Amino acid sequence: MSEFLTKSRARNIFYGGSLFFIGIFAVLSIDSHLYVVNESTSKAELTDEVVLGKHVWEKHACINCHTLHGEGAYFAPEVGNVMTRWGVLDDPDDAAETLGSWMEAQPSRIEGRRQMPFFDLTKEEVRGLSEFLRWADKTNTQDWPPNDAG
Amino acid sequence: MKYSSQKVAYAYFVAALGLFAIQVLGGLLAGWIYVAPNFLSELLPFNIVRMLHTNALIVWLLLGFFGAAYFIIPEESEREIHSVKLAYIQLIILVVGTLGAVVSYIMGIHEGREFLEQPLWVKVGILVAALIFLFNISMTVLKGRKTAITNILVIGLWALSLLWLFAFYNPDNLSLDKMYWWYVVHLWVEGTWELVMASILGFLMLKLTGVDREVIEKWLYIIVATALFSGILGTGHHYYWIGLPGYWQWIGSVFSTLEVIPFFLMMTFSFVMVWKGRKNHPNKAALLWSLGSATVAFFGAGVWGFLHTLHGVNFYSHGTQITAAHGHLAFFGAYVALNLAVFTYAMPMLKGRNPYNQVLNMGSFWLMTGGMSFMTFVLTFAGTIQTHMQRVVGEDFMSVQDQLTVFYIMRFGAGAAVVIGALLFIYSLLVPRKELFTETSGSKPVTGSSPEAQAVLEGGR
Ligand code: HEM
Ligand code: HEM
Ligand SMILES: [Fe+2]
Repeated sequence: MSEFLTKSRARNIFYGGSLFFIGIFAVLSIDSHLYVVNESTSKAELTDEVVLGKHVWEKHACINCHTLHGEGAYFAPEVGNVMTRWGVLDDPDDAAETLGSWMEAQPSRIEGRRQMPFFDLTKEEVRGLSEFLRWADKTNTQDWPPNDAG
Repeated sequence: MKYSSQKVAYAYFVAALGLFAIQVLGGLLAGWIYVAPNFLSELLPFNIVRMLHTNALIVWLLLGFFGAAYFIIPEESEREIHSVKLAYIQLIILVVGTLGAVVSYIMGIHEGREFLEQPLWVKVGILVAALIFLFNISMTVLKGRKTAITNILVIGLWALSLLWLFAFYNPDNLSLDKMYWWYVVHLWVEGTWELVMASILGFLMLKLTGVDREVIEKWLYIIVATALFSGILGTGHHYYWIGLPGYWQWIGSVFSTLEVIPFFLMMTFSFVMVWKGRKNHPNKAALLWSLGSATVAFFGAGVWGFLHTLHGVNFYSHGTQITAAHGHLAFFGAYVALNLAVFTYAMPMLKGRNPYNQVLNMGSFWLMTGGMSFMTFVLTFAGTIQTHMQRVVGEDFMSVQDQLTVFYIMRFGAGAAVVIGALLFIYSLLVPRKELFTETSGSKPVTGSSPEAQAVLEGGR
């Protein structure tokens, strides 16, 4: 490398440039935060049931088998659009009922098929979960996933 | 070894190696569950096994970094570590936290965000340990000689510890949760950890090749500049489909493409240094791991990262086995191999012996690197088919997975090779006191009193 780029110049470029990009990232983060709150997730209300559902989701580490909006483990199906796949997106009661019977039917114990564990959930917890998944399904995810298979 | 306090690194490295064994065995078990899904399904379900696998990985890499810092900083700063006692207290906190986490995962106690499942008390423990560490090394560095290597290392470690604070922030709004979650995950591996990697690689090159410090340090600043200039806005490649604004599709695609540059530079840097260097350091295994790390990191992070980073591609490949393929080769090349390079370099000095046993160690390099590469290929094939069948054709997840069994069997085979390689590596560092295979041709092995052996024991000439 040439004489122009001395070590101390390189160091100063590193410091200055990094601060510059941190600054831009901070501004875009604030804008994105507001966009999430005011636009992409504003169609469905963030109710207490949804929050309870998120806690149930976390308590059982569902993310370590499933993906949610495409993030997580790749062992089990995407659930960010499961309510659409089941056709119950706009019917809270039907959604909770369908999810409840699904959860109760686990594990399938079918030989050679991936197993989902049984989770001992209360009625409120099931309702919370289905509300959480309905809420997530209504988020504007820039039209992802490409189809209902998730 | 020039400073007696460098010895603390030994305890860190041994703890890291123990967790490394747990990590790959956990991975092998997870891989087996893919092949035989009913195995242990009611005792130890897949999600718990996966948590053990990924968390053990992250913690042992951090232990390795901490140990490496305690090894490198005295030599660079030309003074003893500020407090050896604090260094051991820090290690005890980390080991207790880790064992606590393992036990609680098995009992089903954990938080619920991927990679950040540690119970709150363990998270706090990690924070406390990080603070002790930062205090300890900062005091050492401030009082000693300042070099670019320590400067970059310390900036990287401070920044990654600060980002850890976001592990404590879990908003109720899922999209916000995900947005800040990446502050830890992406800004670690594609930002701050790259600083740590570059400085450790710089140190190894300095010692192994004997190239002028001025040259190495200028390279380092250029590498880390390109890492942060691309990596910070490159976070956008995770912001395409989780409820964030559409402009991330362009920002993420452009800047994450640029993320290939620092990995390319690190690879070029290593080879140029070896080319220019006149020194013939006897620890050949350490050199192999260093060059291997820079090269595999370029392929795993650079090439396999670019493969699915453009938003038009990622729309289809997001969250498939392609992601798993990339995650494996990137982590292995950049951070696993780099840690193993430092261990290989430092262990002979820490144990006060010749660089035994190089043949076994180099064999383990090829087993592990071969295994991880093969695993990456088969997962990439599986992911390509999955992407087509599920995302383009629209066939449902479970029936597509049923058609991928052959790839998962091969992945398990590759994993078995990696496990054997890892155990061989651990054995070769800790157990043999002599070279097991004597040379049949070429130069004769170094003996205890030869100048080469002396050079190894003292950390290079
Ligand atoms: C014995 C060899 C290994 C096997 C058989 C193995 C297997 C697995 C499996 C089955 C998963 C879960 C994927 C899923 O969610 O469907 C996984 C995840 C993961 N493993 Fe491994 N693994 C091995 C070694 C490693 C090594 C050496 C590393 C680090 C270099 C590593 C890093 C990871 C990471 C980062 C994830 C999470 C990936 C993601 O979320 O994209 N594994 N592994
Ligand atoms: C050593 C550096 C890197 C490591 C350790 C790493 C590791 C990972 C891991 C573990 C994931 C999966 C995260 C999850 O569970 O959701 C991931 C995702 C991803 N990485 Fe990397 N990565 C590195 C560098 C890069 C680079 C340089 C690029 C781009 C050129 C890149 C592009 C991506 C993309 C686009 C995804 C998202 C995949 C998806 O949509 O499912 N990575 N990376
Ligand atoms: Fe990333």
